[in-house]
Amino acid sequence: MVSLNQLIAVCLLYVVGLFIVAFAAERAAIRGRGDWLLRSPLVYTLSLSIYCTGWTFYGAVGYAARSGLEYVTIYLGPSLVMIGWWWLLRRLVRIGRSHRVTSVADLISSRYGKSNLLAILVTVMAVIGVTPYIALQLQSVTLSLSIFAAPAGVANGVLDGRAEPINTAQAAFWIAIGLALFTVLFGTRNLNVNERHHGVVIAIAVEAVVKLLALIAVGVFVVWGLAGGVTEAMTRIDQSAIGTWQVDGGRWAALTFLAAAAFVCLPRMFQVMVVENDEERHLQTASWAFPLYLMMMSLFVVPIAVVGLDLLPAGSNPDLFVLSLPLSQGHNTLAMFAFLGGFSSATSMVIVATLALSTMVSNHIVMPIWLALGQTSVQQSGDVRHVVILSRRVSILFIISLGYFYYRASGGSGALAAIGTISFGGVAQFLPVLLGGIFWRGATRMGALWGLGIGFGLWVFTMLLPSFGPDAVLSAATLEQGLFGIGWLRPQALFGVGGLDPTVHAVVWSLSLNTLAFILVSLFSFPSPVERLQGAQFVNIFDHSSPARGWTASVAASEDLMIMAQRILGAAEAQAFFRAQAQLQEKSEGLPEPTPAFVQALERELAASVGAATAHAMVSQLVGGASVSVQDLLAVADESAQMLEYSSQLEVKSRELSDTAEKLRRANDKLTQLSHQKDSFLSQVSHELRTPMTSIRSFSEILRDAEALSPQEKTRYASIIHSETIRLTRLLDDLLDLSVLENGEVTLNQQRGSLRDVLDLAVTTGQAANIREIKIDRDRDSEDVALETDLDRLSQVFINLITNAQKYCVSDAPCLAVRVHASGSTVAVDFIDNGAGIDADARDLIFEKFTRVAGQGGEGAGLGLAICREIITRLRGEISYLPDSPGTGFRVTLPTPQPGKLQELNRFAASA
Amino acid sequence: MTGRKASPLFLERRSYRFRRMMDAVRLLPLLVLAFWMVPLLWPVQDAGDVAAVSMSHAVRYIFGVWLGAIALAFFLWRRTARQIVQEAKS
Repeated sequence: MVSLNQLIAVCLLYVVGLFIVAFAAERAAIRGRGDWLLRSPLVYTLSLSIYCTGWTFYGAVGYAARSGLEYVTIYLGPSLVMIGWWWLLRRLVRIGRSHRVTSVADLISSRYGKSNLLAILVTVMAVIGVTPYIALQLQSVTLSLSIFAAPAGVANGVLDGRAEPINTAQAAFWIAIGLALFTVLFGTRNLNVNERHHGVVIAIAVEAVVKLLALIAVGVFVVWGLAGGVTEAMTRIDQSAIGTWQVDGGRWAALTFLAAAAFVCLPRMFQVMVVENDEERHLQTASWAFPLYLMMMSLFVVPIAVVGLDLLPAGSNPDLFVLSLPLSQGHNTLAMFAFLGGFSSATSMVIVATLALSTMVSNHIVMPIWLALGQTSVQQSGDVRHVVILSRRVSILFIISLGYFYYRASGGSGALAAIGTISFGGVAQFLPVLLGGIFWRGATRMGALWGLGIGFGLWVFTMLLPSFGPDAVLSAATLEQGLFGIGWLRPQALFGVGGLDPTVHAVVWSLSLNTLAFILVSLFSFPSPVERLQGAQFVNIFDHSSPARGWTASVAASEDLMIMAQRILGAAEAQAFFRAQAQLQEKSEGLPEPTPAFVQALERELAASVGAATAHAMVSQLVGGASVSVQDLLAVADESAQMLEYSSQLEVKSRELSDTAEKLRRANDKLTQLSHQKDSFLSQVSHELRTPMTSIRSFSEILRDAEALSPQEKTRYASIIHSETIRLTRLLDDLLDLSVLENGEVTLNQQRGSLRDVLDLAVTTGQAANIREIKIDRDRDSEDVALETDLDRLSQVFINLITNAQKYCVSDAPCLAVRVHASGSTVAVDFIDNGAGIDADARDLIFEKFTRVAGQGGEGAGLGLAICREIITRLRGEISYLPDSPGTGFRVTLPTPQPGKLQELNRFAASA
Repeated sequence: MTGRKASPLFLERRSYRFRRMMDAVRLLPLLVLAFWMVPLLWPVQDAGDVAAVSMSHAVRYIFGVWLGAIALAFFLWRRTARQIVQEAKS
């Protein structure tokens, strides 16, 4: 059996060790060493473990012994929040860092327009909600102490209250004093809350390791030492009183949710998770490391509970199985280790919770009162920092003593787990306002006040007050029949909904009505400009890297601001800050101009020390009156809207420009091409004109100069000249014709007639030219198609095709087949001879001007088919080469007359 | 027509993989929640003839899911941590 004195000696040694570790960490941090450890994700994760308090350490086993696996929900919720870090915690941490948030109350007040009222409300709620929790820690430590002090007979934890083995009041008192001392020493070293409390954090990390190892050591001892292995332990579990799944579904879900909510909202969790966060990336490491820690903390709870129920006499307090099991088996060292684990859990929680609460109390209650008492004092010289630090120290003492008195008043009664759940329910009331604040821009201050007020009131009425038992605060009659005898105001069956588990009932009603009030009032109230500004910055935290401007008036003289800043930040820090700001404004010396940006930066710097609301109030004392007007908000919005508008206009313009450039490029290409065509056309025309001109000139020279020419010779030369001039004339006629056609100046002479007549005319004329005999093969019956077009022009085309066949058909017995196919609204006329056809590569070119198929003789200028194509196009038809025909084949496709087409053609001709 | 900064419609393989990993980071808590709420479907002791789930089975299930969740979170951390830091800087 360990004597109480031994235990106290070990305990004191441990505490001294913690003090030394904390001091060493502080010194290392000041010298800038040890960052690899102090700022490592490992220490961050371990500091999160203050979630596991004395309640967890001792209470979980008791919880498991009473209600089976339900205890595990307390860990499932936080694990879920941690695994889902991307959704919520990342945002919180980013907001906390960029707005220099000092506590959960500061975050909420800052979001809702730096409202001090809201900050006070949240602070009061947090203090009321967390005080029972602190009392719980004192209770767990004294309880565990008493078990060591108990005479051997009652060492199993059967404390019937008849003879307290130690003076619990005194023990709790000294523990409270020790904790207060530690917190004051290490928690108030620096005023700026955002600067890490390295000593505290490292001490917590050490304690986290100790409590985990202690619980695992007891677990290993129980499973392998007492139960005899995993399989045996499992069998034993199934045979025990809690051997089956007996958790109520509603409680399972509600408690998981409650634990998740509390994990985010608990002031101490907010302190280590957000305020003391060094780097965002640590959060993701913790996303797997912290669930791992929680899992290991809860792994051996069920075996310890089952074996405890088995081995210890009935009536033993299951909350102390962790200690009494090793003690009853005579393992004193293990029991002592377990005690240190429980001690660690309790103390680390009290330290951080007190630290967080004292920051809130000092920043949101003490400082505003102090400011209000001395209206003008902000501008006076003298250091205010000692006031802030003093108020924080007093707050620490106040909160710890509050916990102590609660513990004394409640008499240390009640199972640990129940008190913990009540505390969770209280702080979970922050959740709707917190989530609404960072995800919904429409959330307003009024909504937050109403939501928090209603949620808190319901929590007090349905959870906190009934927990004291009947006739303690609420009379038994109230519990039974409702407030003022109104049936639907029964604390545990609101609105007549009875039969629910009290915890589920309280959580569901308080949180749902809280949320409802928050949303409804938000929907119907209108936020102040500062609220809207802050709301936009909080919700769009990842878009706004730079804060929008807050202060407009530059009434404040920089000297006044300097004096105030020196008093809060300290002379050296304030001067360094002002110098840096002056450099930002590109002033080499002197104080910075009181620009909005500068005042905003200063306010944020102050906020890190005294909280957003207080800093805001202090700055507004100097700057005077309203900080932001609706006009400013609109101006900010307008500016960005205009920028957006302008940039989109620019985008459209640039797109238009690139379109135009593309069009220009295409036009240029076309013009270049046309210019080339014109050049080649001119050179071809010159060439065509030159050949006959040359022969005309030479023969006319002969006629002029030669003395002796026979009349036959004269006649021959003259006729050569004559035929050459005819050729020239024809060439010029063709050119003229083509030019007229191409320029669209041709007038079409609309006539009605039969295709057969047109073909008759063309065949007669073609054969009259008498170039060469060709047999024309026609199918006169199919030619009976009515046409309504310029028949003269059409016959010109047909004549050309027929004479071409006469000229170029290389067959010995030339034959031209004319076939007519009428189909629907068109008629196709094919001219196919039995010649050699045209080479594939020449086919594309035959309709171009001056194109003559190579090696086929003839004396044409190569304009015939070009003219044909122009004419047929004018007549709204088509002419093409028939590639599959036996010889050379052309197809002319023409539209046949439809009712009403006449005018159309005319119009086409006119517009063409 | 929007004036907003448009992100490209398609991404190269590496950034694509990263985006999908981030999707997994976001969805993991929902998956774990679903698994942990499965016990709501289990019969409780006084539900009649149906045999209640034994405690050892329940412990194995809950802690198995827990371990799986931790493993997955660890895996995702290994795959995404570096790029998240880079994205935060840029």
